[in-house]
Amino acid sequence: MIIDDDLNKAEDMYKENILDHYKNPRNYGDMKTADVEHTEFNALCGDKIRLMLKIEKEVIKDIKFTSQGCAISKSSMSMLSEEIKGKTLLQAKKIVKQDVFKMLNIPISAVRTKCALLPLDLLKNTIKIYENYKEKKQ
Amino acid sequence: MDVKRIREDFPILKREIKGNKLVYLDNAATTQKPSQVINAIKDYYENYNSNIHRGIHKMSEEATIAYEEAHKKVSKFIGSKFEETIFTKGTTESLNLLASILKNKIKRGDEIVLTQMEHHSNIVPWQQLAKEKGAKIKYIEVNSDGTLKTEQFSQIITSKTKIVSAVHMSNVLGTINQIKELGKIAHENKSLFIIDAAQSIPHMTVDVKKINCDFLAFSAHKMLGPTGIGGLYGKKELLEELPPFQTGGDMIRQVTFKEAVWNDLPWKYEAGTPNIAGGIGFGAAIDYLKKIGLENIQEHEEKLIRKTFKTLERINGVEIYGPRINRGAVFSFNIKGIHSHDLASLLDDYGIAVRAGHHCAMPLMQTMNIHSSVRASFYLYNTEEEVEKLAEGLKKASKIFA
Repeated sequence: MIIDDDLNKAEDMYKENILDHYKNPRNYGDMKTADVEHTEFNALCGDKIRLMLKIEKEVIKDIKFTSQGCAISKSSMSMLSEEIKGKTLLQAKKIVKQDVFKMLNIPISAVRTKCALLPLDLLKNTIKIYENYKEKKQ
Repeated sequence: MDVKRIREDFPILKREIKGNKLVYLDNAATTQKPSQVINAIKDYYENYNSNIHRGIHKMSEEATIAYEEAHKKVSKFIGSKFEETIFTKGTTESLNLLASILKNKIKRGDEIVLTQMEHHSNIVPWQQLAKEKGAKIKYIEVNSDGTLKTEQFSQIITSKTKIVSAVHMSNVLGTINQIKELGKIAHENKSLFIIDAAQSIPHMTVDVKKINCDFLAFSAHKMLGPTGIGGLYGKKELLEELPPFQTGGDMIRQVTFKEAVWNDLPWKYEAGTPNIAGGIGFGAAIDYLKKIGLENIQEHEEKLIRKTFKTLERINGVEIYGPRINRGAVFSFNIKGIHSHDLASLLDDYGIAVRAGHHCAMPLMQTMNIHSSVRASFYLYNTEEEVEKLAEGLKKASKIFA
């Protein structure tokens, strides 16, 4: 099957906004007082993101991440971190794939979808881990 | 060697990607196929498609002869006896087959020696075997220039070692390992010696008797042949003594309700209807490589290696991994500040096909302290002009990230 998408250029992915978030990722770095910390990998390429959350009364008070990833995964994580800071866990859990694509606002090819969505998967799993831990404690 | 004429044998090289002529530099993943191979497969399906080793009819006889001829070509190509070369699905299956049939040779406390530059397919089957038997895996380390620490050969391989399995040419760094030395030390310690030749056989003469390995695994699709077929060489006395891998049809001589007698080699290790079309295609690939001559291919690739070093090293921020000499035309590299995935995506815009990521060698990447790399790998149909196109593409991509 030959895919006829010659007009889709990778160049179009690397908009100024994306490159800005890649070079100056927001909320990047360590957090010593995190309530929960979790790391996810993209098994396909070895990309790795570590997410740390500070949670008070169901609200994401602070968020930090470190990563070894491409421009798409890093900018996606950076934008997502801005989006959820100050939100409740419930609000964060409601974010879906389409929201991430809208946020990035670039054409994402099929092979790069995993890069774009790794941060969202990571966020969901981190919250899950936090909630499981709290449940056990109670 | 007339590269222009060779290119005409490969229909796919006429393809355009996003308005650019295809520059195919992902040969370490899989190579393209010449018309001669495609036509051999087509000819089988269109003119004499039948099962082998059983039919009395004319077409079955033709298919049997063609499939056995392919076996002869492949076994001769690596310098083995006819009985010593088995067709498998490819290198991965060959190595899994070995880990399976050698199981009973391994006891608790035994050691299996690998190198740090193995492909996952030459690590995971042994890890599974070691786990099951309580054996231990030891790794020969890699120097910062991407060569093996040869001084460790005799330190790590001891009388406890039962299996030494190593890659001939690294799929990441291009390093060609000193396997003769390694094999000598393995045999001095009464260990079996296995070679993963997936990356070397397509590019250089590999003679199993000269290497003196006990087993050697390889794939057809990395040497102009079809996917889903490959080979495993094994010394005759070992293959005769070891148990079968899979059982069923074609691998037996006689079956009663109680027991079975195994077929002669190599058929003892080819249970069920094999990949007949694939085997015939593999034979055609060997014919093609022999016609061009491995020495000519090697000489051509030496030129491409020199050109690649010269051209890529001029680009700002490029770091190439692996040795400068005793290497194949496989280049892993990074450009500072740009992730390999982003580079590969942008190169695709210009019709250049490369690989990005960890190349199924995560432990090696860890050792080299890199997370991923771009890999450009060349073959007989690649040109010096294509090296320049790669460099141009990298420069354009760098500008976007500047």
